[in-house]
Amino acid sequence: MDEVIALGRRHEAAGLTHEDLLSLYATMVLVRALDELILVLNRQGKAPIGIPCRGHEAAQMGSAWAALKDGQCFFFPYYRDLALKITVGVSAHEVLLSFLGKAGDPFSNGRQFPLQGADLRRRIIQLSNVVAAGLPQAVGYAWACRYLGEKTVVLAYFGDGATSEGECHEAMNFAGIHRVPIVFFCENNGYAISVPQRKQMAIENVADRAAAYGFPGIVVDGTDLFEVYEATRRAIEHARVNGPVLIEAKVERLSPHTTDDDDRRYRSREDLEQARRRDPLQRLRQYLLQEGLLTAEQEAAIWERVRRQVEEATRQAEEAPYPSATTLWEHVYAS
Amino acid sequence: MGEKSVIEAIREAMREEMQRDERVIVLGEDVGARGGVFLATQGFLEEFGEARVIDTPLAEASIVGIAVGAALKGLRPIAEIQFADFAWPAFNQLLGEAARACYGSFGHVRVPLVVRIPYGGGIRGGLYHSQNVEAYFFHTPGIKVVAPATPYDAKGLLKAAIRDDNPVVFLEHKKTYRLVRGDVPEEDYILPLGKAEVKHEGSQITVISYGLVMHYCLQAARKLTSEGISVEVVDLRTLRPVDRETVLGSVRKTGKVLIVHEDNRTGGVGAEIAAILAEEAFEYLDAPIRRLCGPDIPTMPFAPTLEEAYMPTTEKIVAALRELAAY
Repeated sequence: MDEVIALGRRHEAAGLTHEDLLSLYATMVLVRALDELILVLNRQGKAPIGIPCRGHEAAQMGSAWAALKDGQCFFFPYYRDLALKITVGVSAHEVLLSFLGKAGDPFSNGRQFPLQGADLRRRIIQLSNVVAAGLPQAVGYAWACRYLGEKTVVLAYFGDGATSEGECHEAMNFAGIHRVPIVFFCENNGYAISVPQRKQMAIENVADRAAAYGFPGIVVDGTDLFEVYEATRRAIEHARVNGPVLIEAKVERLSPHTTDDDDRRYRSREDLEQARRRDPLQRLRQYLLQEGLLTAEQEAAIWERVRRQVEEATRQAEEAPYPSATTLWEHVYAS
Repeated sequence: MGEKSVIEAIREAMREEMQRDERVIVLGEDVGARGGVFLATQGFLEEFGEARVIDTPLAEASIVGIAVGAALKGLRPIAEIQFADFAWPAFNQLLGEAARACYGSFGHVRVPLVVRIPYGGGIRGGLYHSQNVEAYFFHTPGIKVVAPATPYDAKGLLKAAIRDDNPVVFLEHKKTYRLVRGDVPEEDYILPLGKAEVKHEGSQITVISYGLVMHYCLQAARKLTSEGISVEVVDLRTLRPVDRETVLGSVRKTGKVLIVHEDNRTGGVGAEIAAILAEEAFEYLDAPIRRLCGPDIPTMPFAPTLEEAYMPTTEKIVAALRELAAY
């Protein structure tokens, strides 16, 4: 009972309303439903690739929610950030257009892997699949925002694997020197495809590296929505005035790397079972039920609404045309 | 109109563009107080301040990567890579990212970026201060590649590159920096990217070249005039997009062609030019297409004998043209 009271205090202290929580829960259910659906579409041969975000939802949503509340943030996400993109307004229909490579995909019109390219309406740029390549760009973007007199803070997302890249080091070094308004958000799930963290780095926390660049680094439980939200909110405020913050969100990857991966080759089932206990969706659900913030009827209604929404989005996306071959030559150069 | 060196023309182009447009910034190694190792940005720190003249850490990947990010936001950064030989770490940002940004976002973003790269040899630079890197950029859609040979072209083309909405690799031959002088107007002028120029008119053989060795081609052409061999010299100026019309027009007129570049022979710019001519001017050719290029070795070595052996010199060009004339 004490624990429940403590949790209750936490969510209110973070400034999240009951309405916020229900909205976030419904979004997380939608993300999970899409994650499942994309796997099915992949096995049906319709979606060439799926990049599951299961286990990362609270990290992506808590940080994105803080950025939305701030109202002056810009995102440089990476390929596993489905939940982030939905949180900032990308619709289920658009997600499916993107995964099926259909015309109208808001990021690249069917040119890139899903949800990659740029959606400026949602203040997102994510140019490529090359890990850490977006980090110097995010720093340059944030630097330019300040140069132009804007109050923008950039949130740059990446996995633990990306932290081994030289461009990650270079980006953080420059950001530290120039006190660039950026939040580096590392979604550490402990695996770079098959390579576990102990073979990627000799330290326990990526966040410890921030000290070497002269800015704060913090570790948060990335499966705890409130903790992520609160940490990101503070980080954005700090970044706007004092320069970079590195947030390391410890998350779990509850699926293989992508639909082309078989994690049984390198990950024990016990490890995965252990990880499932930190499923962010279950953690949020349990919290809402314990706090009396979600009734069984509301929960059923959310799932039913999501089921219908996803079904309709799938039907529309499957019926949507592919990009015309005449678009092949468009936008090689800006004119 | 005043006579200026290539490096002075480049400095003038950047200074005028920075005065004209606050979105233009420069960044790179030693571009601040030092004014760049070749003094391309001499006096810029004093004139434009630290916010627009950024001495970066020694890290080429992020020099370009940060410039890409600033360009995505709408600035017009000029990134300086100190020597072409150090550009390799930046290839991911330049070829992997910048070149594909507009296409990969279906035109939602653009990258109005200039990356200035001093390149080329003949200066006793050895293996790591002499390299030619143009073929790698030339191959890649989404970027433009400029390689001027004269001060006049350098100023007008650099201004065009800065105002262009695409990533432009601006290749400056180091040996031309102070060696080549010429008239440069004081006033603002732009030379459009993608336009070659006939630098010397002739009727019997076309020589197609760019950069430092274009000047050697001019020397060879003048020398052969006295022997009654009429040589036309085409300076490509922009490598990508290449000016097919000027190249084809000249070769259709002369019927013989020599392509000269300092870069390695295999897969070089000349190979593509030869392919264009073979495809589109085959019926006009009176002799096989000839190439005089740097040999397929990692680049020109340090020792003077070896460097001399590598370089396409005026003498080698004259010899090749005599052979073609006799064909």
